Amino acid sequence: MAMNKCKQGSNTTPRPRVPVSPRLPPSEIWELRLYVAGQTTRAVTAFANLKRICEEHLKGKYRIEVIDLLKNPQLAKGDQILAVPTLVRSLPSPVRKIIGDLSNTERVLVGLDLRPRC
Amino acid sequence: MIKKRGVRKITMLDKCRTGISGLDDITEGGLPKGRPTLICGGAGSGKTLLAMEFIVRGATEFNEPGVFMAFEEMAEELAQNVASLGFDVEGLIRQKKMAIDYVHLERSEIEETGEYDLEGLFVRLNAMIQQVGAKRVVLDSVEALFAGLPNEAILRAELRRLFRWLKQKGVTVIITGEQGDKALTRYGIEEYVSDCVIFLDHRVHNQISTRRLRIVKYRGSKHGTNEYPTLIDENGLSVLPISSLGLNYTVTTERVSTGVPRLDAMLGGPSTGSGLRAESRGKGYYRGSSILLSGTAGSGKTSLAASFVDSLCRKGKKCMYFSFEESPDQLMRNMRSIGIDLGRWARKGLLAFISLRPQLYGLEMHLATMHKLIRDFKPEGVVIDPVTNLTSVGDADEIKAMLVRVIDFMKSEGITSVYTSLTAGGSAYEQSEVGISSLMDTWLLIRMVESSNERNRLLYVLKSRGMAHSNQMREIQLTADGIKLLDVYIGPGQVLTGSARFVQEAKDEAQSVIDQQTCERKQRELEHEQANLRAQAEGIAKRLASLKAEIQIVRKSETERRVVTAKERQDLAQARKAD
Repeated sequence: MAMNKCKQGSNTTPRPRVPVSPRLPPSEIWELRLYVAGQTTRAVTAFANLKRICEEHLKGKYRIEVIDLLKNPQLAKGDQILAVPTLVRSLPSPVRKIIGDLSNTERVLVGLDLRPRC
Repeated sequence: MIKKRGVRKITMLDKCRTGISGLDDITEGGLPKGRPTLICGGAGSGKTLLAMEFIVRGATEFNEPGVFMAFEEMAEELAQNVASLGFDVEGLIRQKKMAIDYVHLERSEIEETGEYDLEGLFVRLNAMIQQVGAKRVVLDSVEALFAGLPNEAILRAELRRLFRWLKQKGVTVIITGEQGDKALTRYGIEEYVSDCVIFLDHRVHNQISTRRLRIVKYRGSKHGTNEYPTLIDENGLSVLPISSLGLNYTVTTERVSTGVPRLDAMLGGPSTGSGLRAESRGKGYYRGSSILLSGTAGSGKTSLAASFVDSLCRKGKKCMYFSFEESPDQLMRNMRSIGIDLGRWARKGLLAFISLRPQLYGLEMHLATMHKLIRDFKPEGVVIDPVTNLTSVGDADEIKAMLVRVIDFMKSEGITSVYTSLTAGGSAYEQSEVGISSLMDTWLLIRMVESSNERNRLLYVLKSRGMAHSNQMREIQLTADGIKLLDVYIGPGQVLTGSARFVQEAKDEAQSVIDQQTCERKQRELEHEQANLRAQAEGIAKRLASLKAEIQIVRKSETERRVVTAKERQDLAQARKAD
């Protein structure tokens, strides 16, 4: 596997991370929730990206649920959703949140703990 | 609404009342309606409290439901924190008059993977606003988002969008922000919220902490621009503006007794007597005026103040005594020794004692406490004893400013207020330590005078506005039967006091006795002489009379002699046969 290029964004503060092994037991099903606000281009892009990544890395082990906050605004409270689109990985724990349209695949993988952090 | 001479009517900015005591006064109506207001200040300055009070009072007093979006505290913690102020947040939430949401961003949980916006925030806020029909919104504090979200550019763009969106919704918003180093807020959100900015200050000065509030800007409206002291007590936040910005309180010509009848007489009637009714020609202090009792230590100021209180309470009127030096028990005991029983009025509820050390609070807190207590108790007379103790909490200017407010407040309520002031021994008697004599309507000065190895007290009225007062120095005595003013010394020369007076009085009396005796003696002597002369005159008159009688007798005898002689001759002639 190629080394991940850690693109530092505008944040430079180091964040504490809960250590999780990158390889998970194959029987576990990943629960992924994608929060969007209406059918915007970003939402569509995000969904497409997500599907692609999941097919590539988690074939057969994932379940995607798309939640439209415009239809169900009260669901934003539970997962503390502010940014949109947000992808929430509820299983396996711990919960991970990934914001953005998921175009940066490397970061998505790091965020989902499918790749080790650099 | 201002009507211009043309056709259009120009509407003034609508204001949203906060219900926070004092704030509505200095903003002349409240916060700008439908626009965002920024509350900034340091840590612990009361921003969250102000915001919460805004929402709660809006829901309970003005029937405007509100939404509180908290970014720093959880909803339960918030509810607990304000429960001590009597705000039943949970009840309001149940009644759908208020909604609280806690928004939290854990930086470690977030990975940024592309473009995004903060529509989620909008959605949540919108849902809450719809849920209760909110007219008021608080965001406390959006700056927490800066710590949570990695991309500041997106965040700022979204904040700008948020405030535009809120303005469109027509809700009145309060944003709180923590004070930055050189800017008003740490992340510079004042550039988005520039309709109204209020700054809360919390500083410690001479070990005393004071809170102040200042309206930095308020677009579209007149507002008070000074720093106003604020207070956080069990009812929430209160701002203390100067109570009467204009000197336009009504006055009366009624009088209240000083408690010492002869002192009442010294404060005589008004100088022009024409056309005044009998009642207003009474004597004593004017009701609603401010009275200063000054003197050195031990001169009897507290005693005079206490006799004033006693006389008011006797008439069934309520009094409040603020003591910065003595405890109530000590005061009552001390006053009993001069025959004034304050305990019975305290028991009847006519007299309230408030004793505290001045160092306990800052001046603003003292002022606020006085305001509150006087408003609740509604006394007709107030004593502040002594006023000069407050120098330990503030300097002369601050004390004077505070006293201006106190006196204004009392006068607008028509309360007669008495202030005692300690003149430091050795300084000029007529120099009042905090320069407050010009605020006072009546100034009584008690001077200790030393003569023939003893000290006596002299009282005189230095000034009393609006009435003809005595200019005599009277000796004042604190006896077991109360305060007595001795007679004005009506004698030649100067007034003497104490034992010297006795000596002089005795001398005077002796002198008068002597004078009287001398007079009597002289009188007796003259009478004597008069009697003498009278006797002499009588004697002479008698002599005159006897002489007269003698003359008569002599004449008569002469006549008789002639007759007898003639007869004898005739007889002789006859005998001698004269032919």
